[in-house]
Amino acid sequence: MTLRLPRRGLAQALALIVILMVDRVVSPQFFNLHLQDGRLFGSVIDVLNRGTPVALLSLGMVLVIATGGIDLSVGAVMAIAGATAASLADAHSLPVVLLAALGVGLLCGLWNGILVAVLRIQPIVATLILMVAGRGIAQLITEGRIVTFTSPDLVWLGNGAVLGLPTPVAIAIGMLLLTAAVVRGSALGLLIEATGGNARASELSGVGTRTMILAVYVWCGICAALAGVIAAADIMGADANNAGLWLELDAILAVVIGGTSLFGGRFSLVLAVAGALIIQAMNTGILLSGYPPELNLLVKAVVVLAVLLVQSPRLSDLSGIMARWRSKKP
Amino acid sequence: MTFKALLAASATAALMLAHSASAAQLTIGFSQIGSESGWRAAETSVSKQEAAKRSVNFKIADAQQKQENQIKAIRSFIAQGVDAIFLAPVVASGWDAVLKEAKEAKIPVVLLDRDIDPSGKDLYLTAVTSDSVHEGEVAGDWLAKTVGDKACNIVELQGTVGASVATNRKKGFDTAVAKHPNLKVVRSQTGDFTRAKGKEVMESFIKAENGGKSICAVYAHNDDMMVGAIQAMKEAGLKPGKDILTVSIDAVPDIFKAIAAGEANATVELTPNMAGPALDAVIAYKEKGTTPPKWIQTESKLYTAADDPQKVYDSKKGLGY
Amino acid sequence: MQAPAMQTNVDLDSPLLEVRGLSKSFGALKALQEVDFTLRAGEIHALLGENGAGKSTLIKVVTGVFARDAGVVRLAGGEIAPRSAKAALDAGIATVYQEVNLLPNLSVAQNLYLGRQPTCFGVVREAEMRRRAKALLNGFGLDIDVGAPLSSYSVAIQHVTAIARAVDLSARVLILDEPTASLDRHEVEILFKAMRQLAAAGIGIVFVSHFLDQVYEICDRITVLRNGRLIGERETASLPRLELIRMMLGRELAETTETRAPAHSGAMGEVCASFKGFGKQGYVAPFDLELRHGEVVGLAGLLGSGRTETARLIFGAERADSGEAEVDGQAVRLNSPRDAARLGFGYCPEERKTEGIVADLTVRENIVLALQARRGLHRPLSRREQDEIAMRFIRLLDIRPPDPERPIGLLSGGNQQKALLARWLATEPRLLLLDEPTRGIDVGAHAEIIRLVRDLCDQGLALLVISSELDEIVTYSNRVVVLRDRAHVEELKGEAVEVSSILAAIAADGATAAQGAVP
Repeated sequence: MTLRLPRRGLAQALALIVILMVDRVVSPQFFNLHLQDGRLFGSVIDVLNRGTPVALLSLGMVLVIATGGIDLSVGAVMAIAGATAASLADAHSLPVVLLAALGVGLLCGLWNGILVAVLRIQPIVATLILMVAGRGIAQLITEGRIVTFTSPDLVWLGNGAVLGLPTPVAIAIGMLLLTAAVVRGSALGLLIEATGGNARASELSGVGTRTMILAVYVWCGICAALAGVIAAADIMGADANNAGLWLELDAILAVVIGGTSLFGGRFSLVLAVAGALIIQAMNTGILLSGYPPELNLLVKAVVVLAVLLVQSPRLSDLSGIMARWRSKKP
Repeated sequence: MTFKALLAASATAALMLAHSASAAQLTIGFSQIGSESGWRAAETSVSKQEAAKRSVNFKIADAQQKQENQIKAIRSFIAQGVDAIFLAPVVASGWDAVLKEAKEAKIPVVLLDRDIDPSGKDLYLTAVTSDSVHEGEVAGDWLAKTVGDKACNIVELQGTVGASVATNRKKGFDTAVAKHPNLKVVRSQTGDFTRAKGKEVMESFIKAENGGKSICAVYAHNDDMMVGAIQAMKEAGLKPGKDILTVSIDAVPDIFKAIAAGEANATVELTPNMAGPALDAVIAYKEKGTTPPKWIQTESKLYTAADDPQKVYDSKKGLGY
Repeated sequence: MQAPAMQTNVDLDSPLLEVRGLSKSFGALKALQEVDFTLRAGEIHALLGENGAGKSTLIKVVTGVFARDAGVVRLAGGEIAPRSAKAALDAGIATVYQEVNLLPNLSVAQNLYLGRQPTCFGVVREAEMRRRAKALLNGFGLDIDVGAPLSSYSVAIQHVTAIARAVDLSARVLILDEPTASLDRHEVEILFKAMRQLAAAGIGIVFVSHFLDQVYEICDRITVLRNGRLIGERETASLPRLELIRMMLGRELAETTETRAPAHSGAMGEVCASFKGFGKQGYVAPFDLELRHGEVVGLAGLLGSGRTETARLIFGAERADSGEAEVDGQAVRLNSPRDAARLGFGYCPEERKTEGIVADLTVRENIVLALQARRGLHRPLSRREQDEIAMRFIRLLDIRPPDPERPIGLLSGGNQQKALLARWLATEPRLLLLDEPTRGIDVGAHAEIIRLVRDLCDQGLALLVISSELDEIVTYSNRVVVLRDRAHVEELKGEAVEVSSILAAIAADGATAAQGAVP
């Protein structure tokens, strides 16, 4: 894998660098950094910090997609977990709040996993159920209000710092390392890739594909819950209507930008997170640029298209043909 | 409780009884959009209170953001033979058929909070709405008055791109500040009406504007974005309400907490009490045959630290915002 | 098996399709070098060669899928240069691939007339379309309900439908690329009948197949390619089979499949697994079966006779609802492939692509998959162990190219099959179930796989092998179980293991009834 990564990640690394350079052009102070209340402060930190929820989602999503599935409910799970955390925050200690919120995420993941792995419902349909119902559940918890809290412990999760890095960024790095350790340190990675590459063949090779699928949805639920807690901690409140809204699509996009096929099979955790950062670097750049907001989505679409085109195997074929054609011409 | 107070209370009760006696028969159906925002929830609870005050038999149907549910609800109200129908339309078009049915059944319809396409003008009694252009103007006028003659760079947090409320609040504000050459909107981005996006956009504004030092005021199309922006300013080491003036719209409870804490300066109220004026209009229409104006504009009241924000917060807190 | 060449009433000497000096390269790889090919009207012409010989490149260049580098293609004397399969079809060259390119959820009639439905004022005349479809298929000897979805019919009927569609689009040249690969004997007959009728009507047919028996049965002429070059064109009747194989391989086979294995003499070992009354309602009738170490048991029968079903039941891919299974004298549960794998069973399924390989993963990953699954999540094989296992089997089984990091999907069928064998051998199994281990594999690899089966048996493994090729089954089996209509009907041992006796057992009674059974 150490040999494979650099080659595989080239398109993503290039895209990230190009976008950061463009950001630097539209906003000259882009790379400026200083300490503010013991926490690094600057646009680059914003990219990391704001990219955290999608990065966390993509850590779960990439595994789900690797098995050939998809989880549309992560945005809703964020809202549920955020609502749970916010309503418990002022009365309970942080471990209790976290445990409850992540527990809720685990249950949501388990629900999705059972629908997909046991009842064999198509993932897109199975997770659509929670995508729609989940936000309703979150609204029930918050009673349609934005539930605010002041618990300093929970606020620290969103606004504190670890060694100068915003806590969310530190958490995301931690989760990346943890996921990588679990997935690549055990046989999980291989068995997930096999399941996604060919579920039938994997099952006939004795792989417990059902367990694999259940596990990735559960993990995806936990990651989404953590993202939801962080999003709530960030604004010191749970906004059931808007927390994580449409973020499932950003997470899927991050995974796709990270080079994982929606058909399943090969995946890369690092590149999925890189995909999330590419999306956020672009968002932050747009905000800094001062372009009218009507252009936001257009710019985003063009950049995403460019990144995906660079990755397209067909395009590299074409460029090869073009090169040959040019060299043939006298 | 003093005897005097008791007397006053019973007098009020008697008055209400008398009032209700005349309106006792009124049954009004309210097709509410849903509870997609805190304001909407507050509107629902205030509507119930206002109806109870007037002893109107009030039925609320929650449409969960779906027009088809609203149409169903209206048909069901017609079938029940209610005296009037309140409608908070989820979209502007597609109402003609069902409103004609109501008209044929001689049931007056009052639009709350939002208007519908002009083709339906004859099909309802009146529309009680706030004027979002006016809200923007009130915010702009306050800022111009507060800043005085100093030069002032303003950053604007817009609502969702394309939402009419966002377009209008921008338009009103722009009109107001255009009269003052010393006021200038230097940056304007959408924060999608949410706290999280408001915070994120403000973070980038601060970085793009010299660490926030060249920003003199923030205008947000709603209070939620402003609450997020206030956090962003605090995290950047700025003092919102002092270093940077804030003005936003809606008057949700949380902004009063910020005003009370000196972290926000002003908010323009989008009143959740649309039902009150509507009920009055319907009662007058039913009892005296008074035809109300086609449009009843609600007041866009400005609140600042001078209006006892803590008290307003306490009174609004329980409304479901 | 050798049938006389078809007599046709069409002039066999007028060239219908002429290919001269055709060349095509992909980068450095010369896929075709100055290849000539001549197809006469009314003949069935086999295009043969090992994998990589250039058969499919030739077809794809002629049908406009690939652009040619040099050479001419003439159809009925006129030069053509189609730029797409559609253009080739318009010119009169139709191709039917192994995977039928039709829409399975539409009816047979709709598939036949897709894009050219008979209409009346813009409305499809369904009844008229069905009437025409019925007449068209009757011409091919098929009398079926043309209103039913295509997917409800066997692959053979789907093929005939595709052929009928192609021919009805006024094709003069019909190219059939491996049409019989997934057909059973009876279905092949349906297809051959249709082919003979078309040839009699003057259509030229190019037939690509691995099945030499079929080639001898139906083809008038054979063209052999090897490594992108033309080796020769011969009359089928005057080309002995050994000579043909020599042309294809460029060497004498060390051992052809015709020679009988010495395995029959070997002393049989202990009972490895035994099944009593094992079966599943509507799947396979309960059977008794004993599998011994060092013994190959062949399963013979038509497609859908219950061969594959027996293997899947034993492997737990389907759950038995009756009978019991014992391994080494202990009663065991076989509820899932996991159970079976834990007991030391291995299964190489017939559908290599859909049920065997994980195409995106490397050869190494495919080889270690079953072993890793058995070890469980917490005991991952280190990268070094994986490399070591992969290299050992790549060397042992001569998997080419010997690159463990190549995605297995890029390997040839034979090498994929070897890698799948390696997947199970790495788990050191006691019982291996091989379903059509030589299907879709070129002649060279075919012989190697058969040698492997024998070697494994000699090492004490218990083997259960399914094959449609009776010659092959006879070669390595100590015992042969014959199935018919989803039931085990006969067991042949020792000297009784003969092609003729197997055929007799299969054909004993209502042998063709299996045709309707869904595989």
